[in-house]
Amino acid sequence: MTVRIQVQDFDAGAEIAALRRGNPGIGAVASFIGVCREANDGSVVTSMTLEHYPGMTEKALEGIVAEAKRRWKVMDVLVVHRVGELKPTDQIVLVVVTGAHRGEAFAACEFLMDYLKTRAPFWKKEETPEGSRWVEARASDDEAAGRWQDRGADAA
Amino acid sequence: MKLKVLYFASLREQLGTRGEDLQVPPGVTTVASLRAMLMSRGGVWQSALAQGKALRVAVNQEMAQPTTLVSAGDEVAFFPPVTGG
Repeated sequence: MTVRIQVQDFDAGAEIAALRRGNPGIGAVASFIGVCREANDGSVVTSMTLEHYPGMTEKALEGIVAEAKRRWKVMDVLVVHRVGELKPTDQIVLVVVTGAHRGEAFAACEFLMDYLKTRAPFWKKEETPEGSRWVEARASDDEAAGRWQDRGADAA
Repeated sequence: MKLKVLYFASLREQLGTRGEDLQVPPGVTTVASLRAMLMSRGGVWQSALAQGKALRVAVNQEMAQPTTLVSAGDEVAFFPPVTGG
């Protein structure tokens, strides 16, 4: 499966090995892991809960993967995103891109994260000593995603 | 016609419901008119769905605009801007 949403943790090494297995054409593997931080917006974060929209979230991620494959010459893509309760140091998201060369793999990996953060229906609620709060979307994430609108494989 | 309406995250908490099967009058044909109908319930519905609130809407699990048409049996979801990753 290209896209997985799960409560349990993931093993990036095992996921990468599985993606590479049997494909000697791969010359580059780019990966990103997002991790739960101990602080956000000036508060200590003791835990967070990730909510999603079952059905739509999977579809949105599959659409983003398809768009990345359309823009860059990459071979395989894997996106694993966790939901449920997470604590600081826990892994949240894994994106892996394989390809023949690093330039396309790096670019596709960054694009996938930028689009995931602004287009895939996930919501974070943080627990802090001051109480719980929903994380607000950041303008910087929209800007990061906006960069890709006039950039494609040609610019990568 | 009947719609399935869903609410997520902070909106779900403010409204106190995950969703509802909703019978809507003939005038409700778009995302904008559905939102207006829900706001007309007043109270928390008025404030949580008010214009100017950063809200996203999906129709049948695809991102939608205020002008997107809704038809019988559609699944319409309201939620705040996403914060995954």
